[in-house]
Amino acid sequence: MAAPKKNRVWYGHGLPYLKVGALPGHLIVIEGTDGVGRSTQIELLRPWLELEGYAVSNTGWTRSPLLTDTINEAKAGHELTVLTFSLLYAADFADRIEHQIVPALRAGFIVIADRYMYTAFARNMVMGADPAWTRELFGFALVPDLVLYLEIDVEHLVPRVLEGKGMDYWESGMHLALGTDIFDSFQRYQRRLIEEYNALAREFGFVTVDARQPVESIQEELRQHIASYLQGATRRPLETPAPDAAPARVRRGR
Amino acid sequence: MSRLQRLLLHEPHRYPGRLITVEGIDGSGKSTQLLLLQRWLLSRGYRVHFTEWNSSRLVRRSMKRGKKKDLLTPTTFSLLHAVDFADRLTYQIVPPLKAGMIVLADRYVYTAFGRDVARGVHPEWVRAVYSFAPRPDLALYFRVPIDISLERLLAGRTKLKYHEAGMDVGLSANPVESFRLFQSRVLEIYDQLTTQFDLRVVDATGDIPAQQKVVRRMVQEMLRGYRRPAAAAGNGRMGNGRA
Repeated sequence: MAAPKKNRVWYGHGLPYLKVGALPGHLIVIEGTDGVGRSTQIELLRPWLELEGYAVSNTGWTRSPLLTDTINEAKAGHELTVLTFSLLYAADFADRIEHQIVPALRAGFIVIADRYMYTAFARNMVMGADPAWTRELFGFALVPDLVLYLEIDVEHLVPRVLEGKGMDYWESGMHLALGTDIFDSFQRYQRRLIEEYNALAREFGFVTVDARQPVESIQEELRQHIASYLQGATRRPLETPAPDAAPARVRRGR
Repeated sequence: MSRLQRLLLHEPHRYPGRLITVEGIDGSGKSTQLLLLQRWLLSRGYRVHFTEWNSSRLVRRSMKRGKKKDLLTPTTFSLLHAVDFADRLTYQIVPPLKAGMIVLADRYVYTAFGRDVARGVHPEWVRAVYSFAPRPDLALYFRVPIDISLERLLAGRTKLKYHEAGMDVGLSANPVESFRLFQSRVLEIYDQLTTQFDLRVVDATGDIPAQQKVVRRMVQEMLRGYRRPAAAAGNGRMGNGRA
């Protein structure tokens, strides 16, 4: 299975002022709803990839040094609207694109992103923001090489979340005032969110992995998908021998 | 516009209040003019709410941190200002407009369209980001040549601010030269915006009272047909129901 050939690097208008040049690394996204087990899986992927000889860089939603504190503070104060929420997430994401993701890709790393713009797309649909606006907003995003989607249904999600860190205010969609009962609200909110993720999976061609399975089985499937992607991606220079020995998939700025 | 259906900025808003915005490069004198306008409106018994670009508490910390440590890129700079704007729109602009008041905004989305694009973000992207903004009833643009704005700024203080001079763009290591180059770009873009978004140009080289006279005339004209809210006769004057 060869890596799909991309005819563009940016999702939308991109970052016109940034000369990205060649980005020989690989951008792999793990998507899926809250509590589905993304971080557990990423923790297991990293040592495996390193053993295979790849350098790995992790990045996660709301983890930019510029905005982490602001976002946490604002969430605590409950003063956010869907607009400010989206814009804060976009700022955090832009910061990580420019300061973490692009430099790591340039250095040839595999970047594993815990969530990507699709999470904002899904959440904003549920919160009722204009979907066209949300997509324009994230136009500066790099198109990932591979999106692995951990699919689950609410019935399987609930016990997993309760055995883990429990239902929190935001992940239960309490800000949407769907009801006063956190359990009911969680079910309703997550059901809608998962529907949106599933629609995005079809639209953007995510590779879907059944996340109802045990952790080890999910990990095994993820590794298979990543391995076959990497095989396809690194085979290419042999197919197209260039005099200047260009890396497999050369990305260029505009 | 690619995917967006429409830009609110091209359609009149439906609130009973009125929105007046001022634009111009640093040193154009727009804030002075807005202050004088506010005094005048208050003296005539209007209920007025004033709001200023980049003044919300929400992103103050990130903005400060970003500026101090030079962490900001053109995109994050733009998005932080958008957060500020969205926050003020929600809490400070829309509620008074719904209450029928007059909102005065020192800088509006056109500042982002000018400055952020001069910093390098895509002009269509930044328009899309701000596509939720209502259209002002009167958008004033104080046009002034670079030399005059520089003269005014340097008369008031000894140094130009780092971002005001566009030092982050790296056009010149000399702040005055950088200001000149950066703000010239902004001026050029403002001129294009003037026709695109129907900004009303005020010659900001003239003396202050003369400019204010022009501004008041434009505001008076815009307020024709405006009805103050029933409870909005402030300053001890009984409203007569007419603007």
